[in-house]
Amino acid sequence: MSMENTLKTQPLKFNLERFDFILDILRRPQGAIGFTIVLLFIITVIFAPLIAPYDFARQDIPNRFQGPSAHYWLGTDQLGRDLFSRLVYGARIALSVAIPSVTIAISLGILFGLVAGYIGGTVDNLIVILMDSLQAFPSLILSLAILALLGPSLVNVVIIIGITWMPNYARVIRAQVLSAREAVYVEAERSLGATNPRIIFSHILPNVIAPALILAAMDLPWVITFEAGLSFMGLGVRPPTPSWGVILYDGFYNIRLSPWPVTWSGLALIFTTMGFTLFGETLRDVLDPRLSGTRGM
Amino acid sequence: MLAYLIKRFFMTIAVLLIVMTFLSLLVHIVPGDPARTLLGPRASPELIQKIRSAMDLDKPAYVQVGNFLWKVIHGDLGTDVFTGVSINRLVSAALPHTIILALASLGLAVLIGIPLGVFSATHPNSWLDRVTAILSISLTTIPSYVAGLFLLLIFAVQLKIMPAIGLGKDGNLKDYIMHLILPTIALAITWIGYLARLVRTSLLEVLNETYIRAARASGLSGRLVQYKYALKNALIPTVAVLGVGLGSLMGGAVLVEVIFNRPGMGTLIYNAIKARNYPVVRAGVLIVACLFVFVNFLTDLIYTYLDPRIQLGKQQR
Repeated sequence: MSMENTLKTQPLKFNLERFDFILDILRRPQGAIGFTIVLLFIITVIFAPLIAPYDFARQDIPNRFQGPSAHYWLGTDQLGRDLFSRLVYGARIALSVAIPSVTIAISLGILFGLVAGYIGGTVDNLIVILMDSLQAFPSLILSLAILALLGPSLVNVVIIIGITWMPNYARVIRAQVLSAREAVYVEAERSLGATNPRIIFSHILPNVIAPALILAAMDLPWVITFEAGLSFMGLGVRPPTPSWGVILYDGFYNIRLSPWPVTWSGLALIFTTMGFTLFGETLRDVLDPRLSGTRGM
Repeated sequence: MLAYLIKRFFMTIAVLLIVMTFLSLLVHIVPGDPARTLLGPRASPELIQKIRSAMDLDKPAYVQVGNFLWKVIHGDLGTDVFTGVSINRLVSAALPHTIILALASLGLAVLIGIPLGVFSATHPNSWLDRVTAILSISLTTIPSYVAGLFLLLIFAVQLKIMPAIGLGKDGNLKDYIMHLILPTIALAITWIGYLARLVRTSLLEVLNETYIRAARASGLSGRLVQYKYALKNALIPTVAVLGVGLGSLMGGAVLVEVIFNRPGMGTLIYNAIKARNYPVVRAGVLIVACLFVFVNFLTDLIYTYLDPRIQLGKQQR
């Protein structure tokens, strides 16, 4: 094979290999179900204005507390707002909280995990005690304490979820760094005179980041339900923004007048969590079977 | 062993001290004035000053932290500046209901989750194992507050066969238990699924170990090997998870208590947040965090007792 041909064929082969894991996921029933739900969720998030038949804040008071009908597919809430449209836009809110929160958690976690694992000694001990103390609070309780002072808002929820979730990532990265630090390839780099930042960012980080990314994929649904829980308590996203938690909260206060708001928003939460969990677990099994069963609650 | 226990004990104390310091410093870390937040925008400066001094907010941060630590160590959680009631009284009225709910849920999760996991592991790849796998993964994805709302909707609002809210009539045990059923199920659902999966995985792992094969090869019956030799070791990771579980159940209990209007720690903290009453929020959060730390410590002890290799492993590292 000539040099030219090799150059032409290589990228194609590389791309196919990159997508191999998606085929692996789709081959497993759990993975296929999870992937479909996640895909539907993402399509809903991207095309929300095209999918929702009404504006999420449009009120139709004479038709409040309606059941599902041809006009209002999933019924209406206490102000006659279309539940389907609100749930569709709610998916956007869910993801717009979940992604920045997990990004904050994973970035801080990587920073603390790398520093603790690589430097070791007193710095490591201090970081471990700090993480232990943060994890001494059940995350919901810690969030309540902070939100009680900060007041409810979308940004506050993102920051708080980022902080309360961070220790999980720091622990995973730290554990990985501890073993990577002693690996032969790091020793080789060191003996060649590489600086610490170069070893950390060019060699250790790319090798330890996979488990944290898998953990992030698996954490997304929990962050979504966490945000909905806080919004349900009136401490997260504020009405009239249609967070699933807010819809659940409105439905809860009118539960004797209409079962539909609670039913649909509850089901939306359950299906999304299930989809992401099935997808995340299959992804973990496909990419790194060694991690099977490592996830805590 | 003793050295490890002592070390673990002092680490627990250190974490508790950090938790207390953090909670009393939180007022300074986040923007805003709790006294002003509590009283609202129309409060007179004199009243704000009075509440600030009742909350110790007019003193330097280190004095506040010191005072708070000193009081808490002496068992005094302070006074609700709004009503003048001792916070100890509020907490001691609320705490038992939360502990009962958390223990009942954990009990239910153990009673259903462990047998489900054992069944799956002893019948691997049968269709019942697959059904159990789907069932348990589905259960783990139902948030407790959604489960609570669905149970409330179905059994209390639609079918009207279960009581909806509160604790039941005073002194009536049967009524108390009836009121406990729905919140217990709501809180246990996730854990039933989780325990079933965990027990299945760890039992399958243990069943593949050499000592189990040796026991089988020497002619012991399958059931004896499964239950007496394998299950005992397979349950060790479960103990650790149950310890963490009790703590996270306390967290989940907050939402479930609000839904079922049970006057536990969750409702206490929730109402205090609504009233922007930070001293009560702080005390409530502190108690739940202390319980969480204490249960983790206890779990570690039991864990070390059940599997001495764990402690050895820690020392080697």
